[in-house]
Amino acid sequence: MKHLLSIGDLSAIEATTILDTATELARASDGQIKKLPTLRGRTIVNLFAEDSTRTRISFEAAAKRLSADVINFSAKGSSINKGESLKDTAMTLQAMGADAVVIRHGASGAAQRLADNQWMSGSVINAGDGTHEHPSQALLDAFTLRKHLGNGASDLQGIHVAIVGDILHSRVARSNVLLLSLLGAKVTLVAPPTLLPIGVESWPCAFSYDLDSVLPLVDAVMMLRVQQERMMELFFPNAREYSRYYGLNAERMRLLKQRSIVMHPGPMNRGLEISAEVADSARSVITEQVSNGVSVRMAILYVLLAGSPLEVGSSK
Amino acid sequence: MSIALSSEDISRALTRISHEILERNHGSKNIVLLGIPTRGAHLAVRIAEIMSKIEGSNIPCGTLDITLHRDDLRLRPPRAIMPTLIPQSGIEDKDVVLIDDVLFSGRTIRSALDALGEVGRPKTVQLAVLVDRGHRELPIKADFVGKNLPSSLEQSIRVSLSEIDGRDEVVIETRVPQ
Repeated sequence: MKHLLSIGDLSAIEATTILDTATELARASDGQIKKLPTLRGRTIVNLFAEDSTRTRISFEAAAKRLSADVINFSAKGSSINKGESLKDTAMTLQAMGADAVVIRHGASGAAQRLADNQWMSGSVINAGDGTHEHPSQALLDAFTLRKHLGNGASDLQGIHVAIVGDILHSRVARSNVLLLSLLGAKVTLVAPPTLLPIGVESWPCAFSYDLDSVLPLVDAVMMLRVQQERMMELFFPNAREYSRYYGLNAERMRLLKQRSIVMHPGPMNRGLEISAEVADSARSVITEQVSNGVSVRMAILYVLLAGSPLEVGSSK
Repeated sequence: MSIALSSEDISRALTRISHEILERNHGSKNIVLLGIPTRGAHLAVRIAEIMSKIEGSNIPCGTLDITLHRDDLRLRPPRAIMPTLIPQSGIEDKDVVLIDDVLFSGRTIRSALDALGEVGRPKTVQLAVLVDRGHRELPIKADFVGKNLPSSLEQSIRVSLSEIDGRDEVVIETRVPQ
C-alpha cells in the first residue's frame, strides 16, 4: 500500500491489518508511552482546503506521536486562496520533501488526482474529498465498533449498523458502507428519500425511510451531520420536521437494544440530528471515536510510511 | 540441515537458564521477565513457569514488542506490530531480564533497550537467549545463553517452539544459493 485514497481500494486483509495495528498502537500509547520514534525524520503535510477540527488535529497528533515532522497548511491564509492550482501546490510540497500528504478537499477525487499524477512522490492520504470518501473516519468507526461489539473477533460479522441522516452529502456514509460490509457487518441506511443518493440500491446495504422501525434491530446507530453548507436546494421542509422524523432523542434511544451504542462522526448539530441528552448519554461513544481516531491514524501512517517505499509500492 | 538442539536439550537449557537467573539475582524478589515476540515471549512464559516452581512464588512475566523501535524499518515492508504487555508490577527499579530466541547482530536487543526506556527505568537489564549464533554488529552480550552455536553467515538458524510450530527444535540450515 502506498496511498490511502478510498475504502474501495482496500481488501479485507488490508483493512484488518490497519485495525490490528491500531489496537497495538492504542495499547502502546495507553500507558506511559506517548511518543514513539518510528517515523523520525519523515515529513507529513496536512493540506486542508476545507474546514476541519477533528481530522486535522487527529492526523497531527498521530504523526507527532510517531515522531514525524508535521507541516499544517490550510486554504485560509495560503496561496490556494490566491487561486494556486492543486498541481502547483503539490509540486511545492514535493520540492519541500514531503513524505506524505494528508489532503482534505472540497472536490471529490482530489486525493486520487494528487496520487495519479507524478507531481509528487510521497504517499497521499485522503482525509475527505467532497462527497466521495473519508476512509480514515470509516476505519476509526470500524475500530470503535469492533472494540465495543466485536467480542474479540477480528471482523464485524453479525453486527448490524444503522447509518442515519444526510447520506446524500456524506462521504463518511459512503466509506462506512463499503468498509463495514467488507468486514461482514450488515448496514441499513435510514434517511428521507430526498437525502438518499441515486443508485443506492446498488450499494452493499439495505435502506429504509423509517427510523423507528430500524432502531430496535441494530447494534449501533451512526448519526450523520446534516450538511447545510452543501445543501443548495431544499431537501426537507424545515429543521423541526427533520428532527421529528430523523433526529435521535432520548425517547427514540429507548427503542435501542440494551447494549447498542450511539455514534456520530462530528461535528454535531445538537438538537437537529441528535439531542444533547443522547450525545451525552452512557450509550454515546462519540468522544471515544475521537481518541480512537488518533490510534487508527497512527496505524495508517505506520502502514503507509514505516516500511521501505520500494517494496510497499510494488506490493500494490 | 542438522538438529542443533532437540526438545530435551531445549528444556534442559531453559531449566539451567532459570537457575542461573535466580543465582545471579539472589532469588526472584525483584525480577521481571520480558519476552520479545514472537518466540521470545513463549520462552519467557516457560522460564517464568520453571522459576515459579523453584521459588514457589509467581514471577512477573510480560512481552516487549520492539517493532516501532527497529532501525531497519525502512529497509523492509511494514511489519505487524505485536503486543507489549508489561506486568502489573511495572519495571521501575526492577531487575528486568529480556528473553529472546536467537542473538545475532544485536540490533533487536538495542531496539529492546530503547523500547524499555520508553516504559520506565529498571534497576538492571539482563539478557537471556536460547541460542547465541555470533556475528554481533553492536557491543551487546548475553548474560544467559542456552547454547552457543558458532555459525557462518550462509547458514540460518531456525527455532521451532511447540506453542507456535508444533514441536521444540533448533535447526541449522544452509541457505540454498538463489
